[in-house]
Amino acid sequence: MNFEYAAAPESRSVVKIDPEYGHFINGKWVNGSAHFNTINPATEEVLSRIALGTAADVDAAVKAARNAFDKSWSKLSGRERGKYLFRIARIMQERAREFAVLETLDNGKPIRESRDVDVPLSAAHFFYHAGWADKLEYAGVETTTAPHGVVGQIIPWNFPLLMLAWKVAPALATGNTVVLKPAETTSLTALLFAQVCQQAGLPDGVVNIVTGDGSTGSAIVNHPGIDKIAFTGSTEVGKLIARAVAPTNKSLTLELGGKGANIVFGDAAIDETVEGIVNGIFFNQGHVCCAGSRLILQESIADEVLEKLKRRMDKIRVGDPLDKNTDLGAINSAEQLAKIRELTAAGEAEGAGRWSANCALPENGFWFAPTIFTGVTQAHRIAREEIFGPVLSVLTFRTPAEAIEKANNTPFGLSAGIWSEKGSNILWATQQLRAGVIWANTFNKFDPASPFGGYKESGWGREGGRHGLSAYLKGSAK
Amino acid sequence: MSFYGLVDGSDSSLRNYLKQLPGVDQVGAEARAAMLATRSIKTTSKAWAIDTAISMVDLTTLEGADTPGKVQALCSKAFRPDPNDLTVPRVGAVCVYNDMVGIARQHLDSIGAHDLPVAAVSTAFPSGRASMAVKLQDTEDAIIAGAAEIDMVIDRGAFLSGRLIEVFEEIVAIREVCRDRAHLKVILETGELVTLDNVRKASYLAMLAGADFIKTSTGKVAPAATAPVVLVMLEAVRDFYDLTKVRIGVKPAGGIRTTKDAIKQLVLVNETAGPEWLNPSLFRIGASALLNDLLMQRMKMSDGYYASPNYVTID
Repeated sequence: MNFEYAAAPESRSVVKIDPEYGHFINGKWVNGSAHFNTINPATEEVLSRIALGTAADVDAAVKAARNAFDKSWSKLSGRERGKYLFRIARIMQERAREFAVLETLDNGKPIRESRDVDVPLSAAHFFYHAGWADKLEYAGVETTTAPHGVVGQIIPWNFPLLMLAWKVAPALATGNTVVLKPAETTSLTALLFAQVCQQAGLPDGVVNIVTGDGSTGSAIVNHPGIDKIAFTGSTEVGKLIARAVAPTNKSLTLELGGKGANIVFGDAAIDETVEGIVNGIFFNQGHVCCAGSRLILQESIADEVLEKLKRRMDKIRVGDPLDKNTDLGAINSAEQLAKIRELTAAGEAEGAGRWSANCALPENGFWFAPTIFTGVTQAHRIAREEIFGPVLSVLTFRTPAEAIEKANNTPFGLSAGIWSEKGSNILWATQQLRAGVIWANTFNKFDPASPFGGYKESGWGREGGRHGLSAYLKGSAK
Repeated sequence: MSFYGLVDGSDSSLRNYLKQLPGVDQVGAEARAAMLATRSIKTTSKAWAIDTAISMVDLTTLEGADTPGKVQALCSKAFRPDPNDLTVPRVGAVCVYNDMVGIARQHLDSIGAHDLPVAAVSTAFPSGRASMAVKLQDTEDAIIAGAAEIDMVIDRGAFLSGRLIEVFEEIVAIREVCRDRAHLKVILETGELVTLDNVRKASYLAMLAGADFIKTSTGKVAPAATAPVVLVMLEAVRDFYDLTKVRIGVKPAGGIRTTKDAIKQLVLVNETAGPEWLNPSLFRIGASALLNDLLMQRMKMSDGYYASPNYVTID
């Protein structure tokens, strides 16, 4: 008998989208001079028009942030700052459905993920950092407890609201003021967050949001009035920013790309490992910097795991992101889809075996079926370059040392996963792996108290936890 | 002797077979079960799921206070769950204690429900604390009285002390009594096995010994049919089919009281063992109160409002 799940869409009427938005500067909405469309990647429908921030807009935002830092925010006690953060966190929880629906519309991710992961974790980041605001002296950081001043923050499109929370919450808790630029394709939840700041009565100029593209980001990076830059995005842009910031006094943290190794030992709990592999690469359409995009399987169980993985992948429900039963949503942009197609074509051309789940893809919008490549070697582009899509490269190993060697043989070092029922195996492997985050028998687990960041070309500095606080305090390493 | 060609019936072969099964990561299994519980089943799929769930109910009464009258009423309800609406399917079976089997069978026959099976709980249910002779006689009695399905309990004490071969041989012996006269459901009482590793081991042990169904619980021990336990059992029957091409059924029992609970079970089946198991011959739900909730939800779907509980019969 066939159990078809009828469509169960979340209502989009819970959120109001304006036809056009300006920038949020000094607590007020400021009209932009030029605009661009933001679309729903699942349907290509135009959702709204977003202002393209100019150097003048950025300058106004930096001045507002400086003024707020000097006149109000730096004069407040940690306890007072904490009160604002608690208030923001509570409002985010109250307006969780609005945020979730808006995130899904603008980004293309399934409502199940925006509802159960992005929005609750974002609120959790504000709650967590609210608690630190008056306890910085006891955080055990190796820096001073003085804020930098004005921080410029540039965030990516894969977790628009969550990355905002990762950036804004620690900045405010430590007493900095903020100029934030959301990603070009996903500005809407940041603009809704601006409304939350107003609702919380946050002093004007403490949080400023300037929307735009790379040129707007560049204006932020190069503005002399900014004391610290925090960036999450591609390694390519991260390198440009590092070069731009090098001759200045600005502090810098970078959270960049990855090519996470998910290592499965022969004694792993297979069914849960298969779930973990799926969660590692197909969570958020694989638009995850710490995705487990390289599966490194011990030969003794490779066939069994792959067979179970394919069966499981056929059950992944691809389609309308607003449907509560959707597991895999839309690719965020035509540009990203083109990049995924280019790299998967290279995988086929280089001789790897391609297998895609049997699923119907909607006609409009940007879609890519969950895909794995078997017989991948270290020399393949799909084993080296970040695909940032629902595509998994599968490699095998015989000895544990070989697994580690393959896992570490990458310019990245953001995340890794280990699957084994043997504790000593896990402890040994974690000591050998060069990655900032290592998960054992789970994947893509995030918590505000846990520092996140990379080795090598995956980034500088840590976000979250006590380590993340120090990045926003004076005396932190560049 | 050979059991599916996987073990030879000796202690060492059974022990080695169960030892090589992959472990279950409890955190991961719970997360998967919790994710599947978020599936939103609405409109047409809900209507389909309600009727499917009704056809899978093993309508059960297992009380010391059971009377012939109560059992007869239960049988009538099993055959026509809603006397006012004959489109409601009949349930999967009626499940009673040994001494009520004859009464149930007679009553079902008298109302024309000849093909509605009676299931008997057996082997000194629910504790399983009796001699082998008593357990065999308990089963034989029930079959003679008309039981077409035997729900036996395993000896959890033996399982937990590692005397796996005792548990195995007991199931084999009961299987021998049932032969082709009755279907054998083996109750693992997962609430007493505690770990998911044990649930997987006991599932394989029962399947190897000849179970037609593996069943979670007696309903007398909490926790009973939790979602992670059912998930692990569904994985076991799915993987066992890959090995043997034989499909073993699964019966969660205990604690499934609402339509929502039942639909969650069907989602687990659909996305774990697969749609082949969405059939009363391979999936049953042991329950008593559940049926009324299913009927009330069914009425709500056709009438558009929740009826008072007075509109469904109490037994």
